[in-house]
Amino acid sequence: MLIRINGKQEDIQVATLGDLLQSKNIEPQMVSVELNNTMIDRTNLTTTLLKEGDSIELLFFMGGGSGHDLRQ
Amino acid sequence: MAFTEEQLVRYSRHIILSEVGGKGQKKIGQARVLVIGAGGLGSPIALYLAAAGIGTMGLIDADMVDLTNLQRQIIHHTADVGRPKVLSATEKITDLNPDVEVISYQKNLDAENALEVFNHFDYVIDGTDNFPAKFLINDAAFFANKPLIHGGILRFDGQIFTILPGESACYRCIFPKLPPQGVVPSCQEAGVLGALAGLIGTLQATEALKLILGIGTPLTNRILTYSALQTQFREITIKKNPDCPLCGAHPSITTLEMETQEVCDFDPLETAQKDS
Ligand SMILES: [Zn+2]
Repeated sequence: MLIRINGKQEDIQVATLGDLLQSKNIEPQMVSVELNNTMIDRTNLTTTLLKEGDSIELLFFMGGGSGHDLRQ
Repeated sequence: MAFTEEQLVRYSRHIILSEVGGKGQKKIGQARVLVIGAGGLGSPIALYLAAAGIGTMGLIDADMVDLTNLQRQIIHHTADVGRPKVLSATEKITDLNPDVEVISYQKNLDAENALEVFNHFDYVIDGTDNFPAKFLINDAAFFANKPLIHGGILRFDGQIFTILPGESACYRCIFPKLPPQGVVPSCQEAGVLGALAGLIGTLQATEALKLILGIGTPLTNRILTYSALQTQFREITIKKNPDCPLCGAHPSITTLEMETQEVCDFDPLETAQKDS
């Protein structure tokens, strides 16, 4: 399924936002997730289903912030 | 107030801009801006605002200049190591532009002093490096109703956005609460490219000048992120979160409090003890 993650198209096989974070090895507590321009409450990550064409923004804490490198 | 001959020459490249002019330059000269943190972000912020002729600049920082700071904190020089940052910064600002009145606070911002300090200024710029401070500044700006320009850097990435309290999305609209200790590494642990601080801090100073002048489009309801490795800017649209614990419809934060977690220089052993 094709989804857009931080502006980049990716072909990824996951069911939920929680799965997506897990597949990218991202600790849910270090990121805020926007799905199609709506902020998703952290408690709903594992129940939020993804579909083809979704656009996801992963916003990391920064400023003493996140050391996670999405490009790895 | 009329410009002196010297000021007309000093600010001529501003005054010649039709969007600034003599009127705008006067606005800059009357502006009162609080710069929180005289470090990586605070250095370019303070220097560019001083050069621009900001009337009154507040500087708050409890730290002393350390040798590891000099890689990015360009307001401090080698001879300043061991001296209070606010003292070192005030000297550079005054050397650059004696027109600027500097009010310095050699202390940390906390829940007790934040509102009192904020009330002396019209604009607040976050140049801090730790989350308890960033959340406190966001909350204090909301309660004091002061425009805030947020900035953050780590490794090769930076982010910046402007908050007009009550009007546009705040920091907590995006990040409702502090990350748990240990989840997010600090600059100290993860490193940061020095020049990146210059870039993000300079963007913050630019946004502050735009707000003061009332020109252009403020960086509200969007986060600008910069990746130095990709040389790529991205803009992410955000909006006020109705569930925001601070500026949402049913806020759970109604008084200013410092959340006690320390992220930037946390001690893993100490953390383990606290958690257990
Ligand atoms: Zn908010």
